[in-house]
Amino acid sequence: MDARRTLRHRAAIVGVGETAYYKRGQSPDLEFVLALKAILAACADAGVSPHDIDGFSSYADDRNDAVRLATALGVKELRFASMQWGGGGGGCAGAIANATAAIASGQAECVVVFRALSQGQVRYGQGGAALGYSTQAAPEITGEMAFPVPYGAISPAQRFALKARRFMHDHGVHQEALRAISLAAYAHAQKNPRAIMYGKPLDTAKYDSSRWIAEPFHLFDSCMENDGAAAVVLVAAERAREFAQAPAYLLAAAAGSDHRHAAPSHSAPDYATANYKSVSRRLFAMGGVSPADVNVVQAYENFTGGVAMALMEHGLFAPEEINSVLTVENLTAPFGCLPLNTSGGHLAECYMHGMNLVIEAARQIRGQSCNQVPVVDVALMISGPMVAPVSSLLLGSEATR
Amino acid sequence: MNSTYFSDGLPTPVPDKQGPATPFWQGLVLNTLRIQRCRRCQSWQWGPEYICSNCHSFELDWIEVEPKGRIYSWTRVWQAPQPVLATATPYVVVLVELDVAPNVRLIGNLLGSGTQDAQVGAAVAGVFEHHAASHPPYSLLQWRPAD
Ligand SMILES: [Zn+2]
Repeated sequence: MDARRTLRHRAAIVGVGETAYYKRGQSPDLEFVLALKAILAACADAGVSPHDIDGFSSYADDRNDAVRLATALGVKELRFASMQWGGGGGGCAGAIANATAAIASGQAECVVVFRALSQGQVRYGQGGAALGYSTQAAPEITGEMAFPVPYGAISPAQRFALKARRFMHDHGVHQEALRAISLAAYAHAQKNPRAIMYGKPLDTAKYDSSRWIAEPFHLFDSCMENDGAAAVVLVAAERAREFAQAPAYLLAAAAGSDHRHAAPSHSAPDYATANYKSVSRRLFAMGGVSPADVNVVQAYENFTGGVAMALMEHGLFAPEEINSVLTVENLTAPFGCLPLNTSGGHLAECYMHGMNLVIEAARQIRGQSCNQVPVVDVALMISGPMVAPVSSLLLGSEATR
Repeated sequence: MNSTYFSDGLPTPVPDKQGPATPFWQGLVLNTLRIQRCRRCQSWQWGPEYICSNCHSFELDWIEVEPKGRIYSWTRVWQAPQPVLATATPYVVVLVELDVAPNVRLIGNLLGSGTQDAQVGAAVAGVFEHHAASHPPYSLLQWRPAD
């Protein structure tokens, strides 16, 4: 492989910022205002003037247009604007990859990657435009969604339950493994004042007695629905030490999809996967590290079943180890062997479509997490299990240079 | 027992005017299940598309196949994703892999009680469910346990 054709150590996250996080529909600010506030916070963290941003990168069809942002912020010279394809949260790390590629190829110097969401304005993943039909009178449905919707498989919970059930069947996964992912996230949120579920602990009995949404998913296996915004600032790695915070260097980023993973009507040849088999191979090859080198993991939770698949597909354990590795003790910082979603993640901090997980990965590298793992040189962030395309990110400390 | 698994009110599947799935939906109305197969390389293909993903021929035939298969996965839905389903829960959604070819799968409901257990691997047979009074009329393919 041509050594120049890599993103490794070409850029670093030097600023992170988020708004307050809200339950769905409770933000006092419009979505565009949330986006602006998160970007200002990330710039302040880095010690960068917002006038000096010259690129924007986002994903999931974010509605906050890069040119409007650049205009509103008085950006002196806009050089780069990019949107990662794909309607779900699978594009988050891909948007970081695009920003890094722009920096590495000389197209931009200072790129913001962001996500903003105010579901009081448009609810994500539910009915309406997200499904390609109107929820008003005489709804009709065409295309791919015509296959599941007439059978009551409408929102992501029902459709992903089919995939998770088959995965559990194939590998003998116990419900307790999914429960551990949820309990660990809630435990971490109890030490994170930003978390929606701060002060609202979850225990085994409460999980077990919670209502089913769609088997095998209980209420606490599902992400929340939230309003807020989050952003990070990236610059070239060789400039990264000029800024206020310790850099989180990009070791690798990869995006994509396995062969015909998105074949309609759940007809993927390799069905019961979260779609990371090719992405994780390329991720670790670029990063020059192995899964055993990963010190902490932030894994996008739409549903816990997708997290279990994603962790396995990133080589963090073998299929036969799922039930023994996925325990609350192992997944909880600071001393678990696989600290997972240390801010509380999408289950208990905020469902910010992965961007809060990128921020938490950077905070772990800096040593600033509310649930800090003692030594973090390599942090893994995984975007959007079970959708297509998906993406993943490896961040590294100064020690990896 | 009702003649349809759900009462009216869910979105009506309407084939795109020129969509690749139109022969599938037209077939269900006629009590036939049709799946795409490439005329050149004989590969089965699902979901429907304008091109064969194997050999890139545009000559795709619609072959009538037996509506028989095995449960590949399933879920029991307890929280209604639409208000119209509020009284329908719990209900069982099955993913059925057809006997005719691997990786040809259809979503449907398992007819009968919503509290019955489904089993991955169990044999099922298709039951055509006609919504003749709908505008426009359409048909679904449901599933019942088979021997
Ligand atoms: Zn062919």
